Amino acid sequence: MPVYWLILIVLGLAAIGYVAGRGRAVASNGGDPRGLHSLPSFYGYNVALSVMTPAFGLLVLWLVLQPIVIDMSVSGQIPESAFTDGQNRSLVMSDVRRVAEGLDTLVAEGGRSPEEVDNMRNDFSSVRELLGQVGVVLGSSTQGFVLEAAQDYRAMARTGTFAMWVAVLLAAIVGFGISFAKTNKDFRARNTVEQGITILLIGAACIAILTTVGILFSLVFNTFEFFRLYNITDFFFGTVWNPSFSGRGGASELGILPLLWGTLYISLVALLVAVPIGLFAAIYLSEYATPKVRAIAKPMLEVLAGIPTIVYGLFALLTVGPFLVSVFGKDTVGWMSGGTAVITAGLVMGVMLIPFVSSLSDDIINAVPQSMRDGSYGLGATQSETIRQVVLPAALPGIVGAILLAASRAIGETMIVVLGAGAAAKLSLNPFEAMTTVTAKIVSQLTGDSDFASPEALVAFALGTTLFVITLGLNVFALYIVRKYREQYE
Amino acid sequence: MTDVTHGMAEPVRKSSLTAPDARTLSRNRAEKRFQYYGIAAIVAGAVFLVLLLTAILSNGIPAFKRATVNIDFTLTQAQFDEAESAMLKTRIYTDFFIADLSQQLAERGIDVDFDDKTIERILGKVGGTLRAHYRENLQDLDQPTRFQLAASSRVDRYLKGTFGRDDIGEGNRFIMPGDLDFADALRDAGILTQSFDWNFITGVDTGVDNAGGAGIGASVLGSFMMMIVVLVLSLPIGVAASIYLEEFAPKNRFTDLIEVNISNLAAVPSIVFGILGLAVFIQFMGLPQSAPLVGGLVLTLMTLPTIIISTRASLKAVPPSIREAALGIGASRMQAVFHHVLPLAMPGILTGTIIGLAQALGETAPLLLIGMVGFVARYPETFMQGFEGPNSAMPAQIYNWAARSDAVFTEKAWGGIIILLIFLLSMNILAILLRRRFERRW
Repeated sequence: MPVYWLILIVLGLAAIGYVAGRGRAVASNGGDPRGLHSLPSFYGYNVALSVMTPAFGLLVLWLVLQPIVIDMSVSGQIPESAFTDGQNRSLVMSDVRRVAEGLDTLVAEGGRSPEEVDNMRNDFSSVRELLGQVGVVLGSSTQGFVLEAAQDYRAMARTGTFAMWVAVLLAAIVGFGISFAKTNKDFRARNTVEQGITILLIGAACIAILTTVGILFSLVFNTFEFFRLYNITDFFFGTVWNPSFSGRGGASELGILPLLWGTLYISLVALLVAVPIGLFAAIYLSEYATPKVRAIAKPMLEVLAGIPTIVYGLFALLTVGPFLVSVFGKDTVGWMSGGTAVITAGLVMGVMLIPFVSSLSDDIINAVPQSMRDGSYGLGATQSETIRQVVLPAALPGIVGAILLAASRAIGETMIVVLGAGAAAKLSLNPFEAMTTVTAKIVSQLTGDSDFASPEALVAFALGTTLFVITLGLNVFALYIVRKYREQYE
Repeated sequence: MTDVTHGMAEPVRKSSLTAPDARTLSRNRAEKRFQYYGIAAIVAGAVFLVLLLTAILSNGIPAFKRATVNIDFTLTQAQFDEAESAMLKTRIYTDFFIADLSQQLAERGIDVDFDDKTIERILGKVGGTLRAHYRENLQDLDQPTRFQLAASSRVDRYLKGTFGRDDIGEGNRFIMPGDLDFADALRDAGILTQSFDWNFITGVDTGVDNAGGAGIGASVLGSFMMMIVVLVLSLPIGVAASIYLEEFAPKNRFTDLIEVNISNLAAVPSIVFGILGLAVFIQFMGLPQSAPLVGGLVLTLMTLPTIIISTRASLKAVPPSIREAALGIGASRMQAVFHHVLPLAMPGILTGTIIGLAQALGETAPLLLIGMVGFVARYPETFMQGFEGPNSAMPAQIYNWAARSDAVFTEKAWGGIIILLIFLLSMNILAILLRRRFERRW
């Protein structure tokens, strides 16, 4: 684990830098800290920061870029003739990486000396056998040049890692030297340190932007890749979802409509459960309940929100599903043949969403000014009439926003539908039938050993993009409504 | 009240003024009804919660118990030598065991038929276990030694009442009806008992051949490693970002962009973060698949918005007078924040962090995409291996068990949920206690 050692060394240097910088500053004023421009510790921090910032920045950059650079230069060496029989560059490269890793494992666990492994360049068949022993099984189409490329890969990785050590340590030492040399009693250490910290704070805040960029990058890039292999109109307007895993491309039908239908249907059932219960609970809690009841009932509902979705998924699969079958199954009315169905997942998801609807609506109802209620009472309305005809209309935009947020949660929910809704993609109106959703199919298409080159795997990214756009749109719309409503009373 | 008038003047009221008329009565009834709807909604919520908890507890608690055969067995030196010199060594051990067991049962006056096949179906390969023990512990020869032997998963479920004679199909080679009679006899003799199954808490996942021996221990460790990564990364980054946005950020487009990003990220479905982890950390950056390190990174990105939102709220709750007093006696803005505002906001920040961690701990979907659902049958060897090596996590392990068809694993999944919920509960209680103990109202 050499990288961890590198981090520890830089941290150690920074600690030394703190002590040294502080000591030098105090010494520069003849041991009297009072004549310094800043507090002594700032001189220490200055040196420590100058050691860490460039070194860690360089380290992160290097760790991200090195694999990319090596990939590009190694894949440039692979002859074009290699890509004839249905192979493409990324498949060959993944073979190269696996062979390289396997060779490293041979050194680490297989009891081979490094030199011996480095010299395995020509005799590919024996290497194939050796690699099989450490768990790297190669397909029969793998050719000799892969081994050649893997050896180059290893050599470059080794050189790169060595260069990284040198560069990072150099950066740390140079940072140490420069800041240490600058340290004297007139150096404005506090200003420098505070500027540095501000930059670090801004950097931390930018992680949010980077995350969004990362999401967009991972979705968009692979989605384009998918649409190069699969027709975009067939994807968005296809009514059949039938991926084949045997052949590569061509044979699969990947229409999103059945999945979208399943998603929306299950979400609709969930909202039919969650909205009435959540809304009435919110009305009761904010308008009728005594403080004592409220103090018990509100946290009780919120416990439902704190339970992980895997628990709800298991509840749907093993408790609700069998129960519904015993009620609607072939022993009674015969509507339901299996436990996994739209209604199972929808019901359980509805329970999960109750606290979501209730606490958001509760806040919104509480925000309606008391004067409006008082006005209504003054005209002789009962409490329920006031709620129905004054409070709810006033709170309506906010409640709609809350319902939209709940809908976006329902659409993005994964574990409940993976376990409770079934795996068959169908366009059907029967809620007792098994259907599947966008999220469930993302999981099933990306779980397991898949390479990222086939349309069957890449379709998950297109599904993810669709999901992201829908939920983001719902959220933005909901927040817009909520925000617009808030301004009315402030 | 638009339906009050009928176009004509109301008829003259004939009844007493103190008795309410029909319309008032119906309005009052409507009022009551409305109130009952509200109560019904709350009760429905409570019923769902109770149902959920009952399902978890009633299905999950059996996972913590395991049927074991506790038996005092004596092997003499002569028997040991005889067995070790034989060809089929474990076979001889089994024979000694059966002889000893029949004798013990006869002493207690219990008459039941059994043979070595019965023993193998109920207890697995006893001979091997005994041989391994005596070869390691020669001092136990010639004196009674207590053995705790785990019974097979079907006998285990028979004792728990979830498996009966009717469930044994034709030609079931794992168990026969006679075996259950034998199990009854052993139970009556006090030999076959249910005991607390520590292995479930500390053990690792197993295959179908030893379903009863599966434990959640390794995946608890995996979750723990991920939480370390999440805590180490998300707390400093979240606090730094909040400090910048709350205390230093000028009001401009760039700040708005960050704010919009944070509020949108908080609402992105967790599976999308899984896609991000798969594409960026594994595909692009080449980090190892199934590693708690990658899981931790993904969960960090997911938790950051939660932590930033709660941290900003607690920074905002510190009154401006504190900052002004610090600035007034010559502190820089940075010093005012780090020496005065941040320590006062710390309890709130920690509470928010713990709640964010609890959320991250229960998250499953992104872990499925980065491959943390594999079959992990051993603990990592070194501390660093715990971050980089393949491992599972509690919720992913539960999902994995739930997806298997064997009923034993279903029970394990429920049991795993109890453990997961215990972790979540203690984290939330810790957060509440922190808030109670340290929260200041200004």
